[in-house]
Amino acid sequence: MSISADDIAYIAHLARLQISEAEKEEAAISFKNILGLIDQMQSADTDQLEPLSHAIETSQPLREDLVTEKNQRDDLQMIAPKCEQGLYLVPKVIE
Amino acid sequence: MFKSGLADIARSLAAGEFSSEEITTAYLARIKEKDKELNSYITLCEEHALAQAKAADNNRAKGETHLLAGVPLAHKDIFCTSGVKTSCGSRMLDNFIAPYNATVVENFNQAGVVTLGKTNMDEFAMGSSNETSYYGAVHNPWDKELVPGGSSGGSAAAVAAHLSPAATATDTGGSIRQPAAFCGLTGLKPTYGRVSRWGMIAFASSLDQAGTLTRSAEDAALMLNVMAGHDPKDSTSIDIATEDYTANLNKPLEGLKIGIPIQHFTEGLNAEVEQNIRNALSEFEKLGATLKEISLPNSHLSVSAYYVIAPAEASANLSRYDGVRYGYRCEDPKDLEDFYKRTRSEGFGTEVKRRIMVGTYALSAGYYDAYYIKAQKIRRLIKNDFDAAFADVDVIMGPTSPHTAFKIGSQSDDPVTMYLEDIYTIAVNLAGIPGISIPAGLVNKLPVGLQIIGKNFSESHLLNIAHQFQQATDWHTQTPEI
Repeated sequence: MSISADDIAYIAHLARLQISEAEKEEAAISFKNILGLIDQMQSADTDQLEPLSHAIETSQPLREDLVTEKNQRDDLQMIAPKCEQGLYLVPKVIE
Repeated sequence: MFKSGLADIARSLAAGEFSSEEITTAYLARIKEKDKELNSYITLCEEHALAQAKAADNNRAKGETHLLAGVPLAHKDIFCTSGVKTSCGSRMLDNFIAPYNATVVENFNQAGVVTLGKTNMDEFAMGSSNETSYYGAVHNPWDKELVPGGSSGGSAAAVAAHLSPAATATDTGGSIRQPAAFCGLTGLKPTYGRVSRWGMIAFASSLDQAGTLTRSAEDAALMLNVMAGHDPKDSTSIDIATEDYTANLNKPLEGLKIGIPIQHFTEGLNAEVEQNIRNALSEFEKLGATLKEISLPNSHLSVSAYYVIAPAEASANLSRYDGVRYGYRCEDPKDLEDFYKRTRSEGFGTEVKRRIMVGTYALSAGYYDAYYIKAQKIRRLIKNDFDAAFADVDVIMGPTSPHTAFKIGSQSDDPVTMYLEDIYTIAVNLAGIPGISIPAGLVNKLPVGLQIIGKNFSESHLLNIAHQFQQATDWHTQTPEI
C-alpha cells in the first residue's frame, strides 16, 4: 500500500507533530516499507479468532473507593516548565 | 573485585572482606575512568550512592540486613528515581526529575541495594541498537565499533564492562534478551505482570516488562527475588505468590524436554551462530535433557503484528507529552497548536516520531479493523502456537538473535531491517511468557546468546536450566578486555 506526502502530513497533524517537507518525503518512504512489513499479516486466515488484547487474560481488579494519594501539588509543580500561584501556565488559547 | 557478580559481592560483604562504601567508591571511580569510551551511563549518582552505601554498612554493623544490602547496581533510565533525573533516553525528559520512585527502584532501595547511576537506552526503549538515544550511541565493550544491542544497551554494556555488577532493564520486544546476547550476559524477561510497571515509563503497556541483565543466572534469581511481586499500584500486575527464585537452581535437568522450533533455524540465521547454538543444545543432552523438533507455524507473523500493536500503544502512551506539566517545552509558541506540535517535534527523536505516526495511522478511522484488530488476532494465533508447543515440551530453545553484534550505523537506513533484529524474541512478548538469553559461545570473539522460553510464571525453572548450563560451561564467565 502506498502513502502520499499529504497522507503523512495528515497523520502528523493527528499526532500533533510538526513535519518539514524533507521529513515528509523521508517518512513516506519509511512508511511504505513499514506498511509492507505489516501487510504480511493479511496472509493469515484469522476469521474464526477472537482478538487478544492482553497476554494474561484477567479482569481488571477493583478496590475500595478510598483516597490513597497524598497531596503532592508542590512536588509535582516543581518540575513544570511554567507555574504561577499553583497554576500551570500555557499560551493564551482564548482571544 | 570487578570480575564479581551480585552473589560474589554479597558474600564478600557478609564476610567483611570489604565494605559497601569501598566497593561503591571503586565502581564509581571505574565508571568515571572507563565510561567515556562506552557511554553506558546517562547519569551517575555519586553522592546518593555513597549515602546509600554508608547506610547499608551501618545497618550491617547493627545486624539488620538483606542479602543484597550494600551491593551496587545500575538502573535503566526508564525507571523513575526520586530526586535523580529520569530521561528515558529522550530530549523530552532531559529535565525530568520524578517526584517518586518506581516500585522496582523502591524494592531495591528497601533491600539496601546501592544505585550507581542510570543507564543509557534507546529513546523511549524504541530501538534494537541503542542508537536512537538523545545521549548518543552506546559502544559494545567487546568491540567499540559495534552496537551493544537495544533498547537496554546501556545496562548491558555497563555490566559487560564491569561498570556495574548487574543492572535492571526492560523488554517490550527483545530489549533485554538481544543486548544480553550481544554483550555476553544473562538477560531475563519475566512473565508479563510478574514485575510491577509502576514508575516504569510506558512504551507499549501490554508488552512492557521489567527484568534483569546479570553475569549469571544465580544473580538474575537474586534480583528477581527483590523485583517480583504483586503491586496494587499496577493494575496489570499479577496477584500470584512469588517464590524464592534461587531455591531450584541446583535441581538436575534429567528428563527435561526441550523443543527446538524449526522456524528459528531458517536461512536468516548465521551459520556460525547456529553451530554454537547446536553445541549448546548438545550440552543440554549431556545434562540429561532430550531434544524434540517443534513448529511455531505463525512465528513469521510476529514482527508484523508487533509493529502494529507496539506503535499503537506507544502513540496513545506518548500523547501525554504535551509540554504543559513536565518535560520539554518549545520556545515562543504562536498558538496552542504550534505549542503542542513544536514541543513534540523538538522533544522526540526520529524513530519515536515514526512509531507515533505508524500507531496513529493504525488506530485511525477506516484502518482500525484492518490493522489493529487483525494484529490482535495474529497475537492470539501466536499465543496458541506456544500453548500447543508446551503441551509436548517443557521449554523452547533457539538463538536469541540471528547474528552477533553489528556495526554502529550499519542498519540505520531502513527501519524495517532494524525491526527484523528481534525476529526470535518478539513472539515471546506477544504471548506474555518468560524468556532468558544466556551466553552460549563466541563467534570471531563476539558473544552468542541462547534463548530459553518457558510457560507463564516458570521463571524459577528457566533460571534452574540456565544455572545448570552455567555450572557445566564457562561461556558466561568470558569477559571483554577493557
